[in-house]
Amino acid sequence: MTKYIAKRILMSALTLLAITFVLFVLIRIMPGDPFPVERMSAEMILQKREELGLNKPILEQFVNYMSMLLSGSFGNGTSLYNGAPIKPILTACLINSFKIGVLSILFGTAVGLAIGIVAALNRGKFLDGLCTLVSILGVCIPSYVFMIFLQYFFSYKIPFFPYFFDPSNFFMSSIMPALSLSLFAISTIARFTRNEMLEVINSDYVKLAEAKGLYGFELIRKHVLRNALIPIVTVIAPLVVSLLTGAMVIEKIYGINGVGKLMVDAIAGQGVDYNYVLALSIVFSALYIAAMLVLDILYGIIDPRVRLTKKEG
Amino acid sequence: MYKPEPDDFEFISDRDITVDTNFASQGYWKSVAVHFLKNRFAVTGLVLVAVIIIFAVFAPLVSSYGYQEIISVTDSIGKEITAKSLSPQIGGGDSQNLFSDRTFLFGTDDMGRDLWTRTWQGARVSLIIAFVAIFIDMLIGMSYGLISGFFGGTVDNILQRFIEIIGSIPTLVIISILAIFMEKGIGLVIASLLITEWIGMSKIARAECLKLKEREYVLASRTLGAGSFHIIFKQILPNTMGPIITQVMFSIPVAIFTEAFLSFVGVGIVLPQCSIGSLIEAGFNNVTILPYQILPPICVLAILMLGFNLIGDGIREALSPKLEDM
Repeated sequence: MTKYIAKRILMSALTLLAITFVLFVLIRIMPGDPFPVERMSAEMILQKREELGLNKPILEQFVNYMSMLLSGSFGNGTSLYNGAPIKPILTACLINSFKIGVLSILFGTAVGLAIGIVAALNRGKFLDGLCTLVSILGVCIPSYVFMIFLQYFFSYKIPFFPYFFDPSNFFMSSIMPALSLSLFAISTIARFTRNEMLEVINSDYVKLAEAKGLYGFELIRKHVLRNALIPIVTVIAPLVVSLLTGAMVIEKIYGINGVGKLMVDAIAGQGVDYNYVLALSIVFSALYIAAMLVLDILYGIIDPRVRLTKKEG
Repeated sequence: MYKPEPDDFEFISDRDITVDTNFASQGYWKSVAVHFLKNRFAVTGLVLVAVIIIFAVFAPLVSSYGYQEIISVTDSIGKEITAKSLSPQIGGGDSQNLFSDRTFLFGTDDMGRDLWTRTWQGARVSLIIAFVAIFIDMLIGMSYGLISGFFGGTVDNILQRFIEIIGSIPTLVIISILAIFMEKGIGLVIASLLITEWIGMSKIARAECLKLKEREYVLASRTLGAGSFHIIFKQILPNTMGPIITQVMFSIPVAIFTEAFLSFVGVGIVLPQCSIGSLIEAGFNNVTILPYQILPPICVLAILMLGFNLIGDGIREALSPKLEDM
């Protein structure tokens, strides 16, 4: 197991390095200039390029950038409007996004599992239909549309929640974004759980357990849920990623200072801020790869068959 | 010895007997179609999508306004007045406002354009983007996966490492990088769909190919002297169509969704062009004052997503019918 984990970690680190290199090169070979050309003289631009080390060979730039990254800094923003160090802003935004993201994943997983289990245990009855309806709704309605509805009805019509995100009232103002972000997770997990549960319930070993006299909650927990959970872990990985994308819009709608909003501003704001895009891209990729890594390891822990085959191979 | 009485016998034709019916063997696709059409949900999905497509194709054609046309009239003192932000109305009502004889089923937007026309034009743009992108993705992903799976060994190794790296870059990052390189608009949306969606397709094609390449008919074909590409595209490809079509059906709603997302964030379709996403974005800006503006595009989006998902589920079930369903 330790060897497997070590190998996976090494692979992830290498992938991240490769991605960083690709992103770095892509952003450096980009057409145009990072500076507002019409407002600066040629000399100023030359001087600025010199200052930022943009006229060195690209490999040297990459090595410099990597050493800067490893020492824990993301450098400064390139644009004239925002030349401040990136790290403090990024950290603040990450914390905001992270809190809401974790909240919605926890909520989504819990509710999704509950709905899926209830549906599977009441197969073909009214509750099953209701659960199916919820999971269909979650797939059809984008999270930001749900967010707009929530905001319209529960902040505007009935002013119960704050209309925009309010850091001083974190709890109240994080409920709506977390809820709408978790909608997709709920429906995906519920659907998946239901199908997996049904498959396991109809399997021979559960019939055997029933024949031995196990019943009720004990049976579900010990035999059904544990085996049904294995594939469910795999759907959570893509969900973490869809969360990033969803967060981008939700943060725009609700005015949350998060990484998604930072990214939108960096791309679509006044002039593209190259260093921000690069820093954010690296952070997103690192998060994604880390999520995949954790889930892979979890998968190995839950399902012993995975690590056994890995050892042989 | 027992002597049979006439009463011991009865005419067999009097009895109600069930006779085994013989089913003629059906072609693969025919049986898939039969299964699909028996599924209530799948047929509902088909109808929903068909209705939206019909409206998207014909509504902008027969509409009395262009989708970019700003509707205006000249009033009695010769001043031009645009039909800004009118709520939905049907012509021939009271003569209170200047536009009372016009029909705006979904109202007009804040520039004075007819939302009925714009909604269906937007649906059309979104559907075109989805179909074009997914079709190209299918071609790329399918070829890539089949080649990777068929040749195996070093080729497979290299191709799969490449996918692993591309696949570990979050979609959001790919889109952001593209947004810097390219002009905002339809091209950007299609490009980002092209880069992200083919991976799933290729994985499925590869898995299918690995299963099929050991089959006897492939061996037979090879013995008869067929080249690799003949085997891949003439022998294996037709047999992988089922899972690939299922994947396509699930990719289309993802594509529509991505388009809506990009346009909403502001790197997709730009005004005065319109798509579902840009209409939702425009509606969102006025949602507190004019909530009716956001409803039509959202409903169209939800119906499309629902329809395609139902069709996808239906096809998946029809392709691999379980015993209990038969």
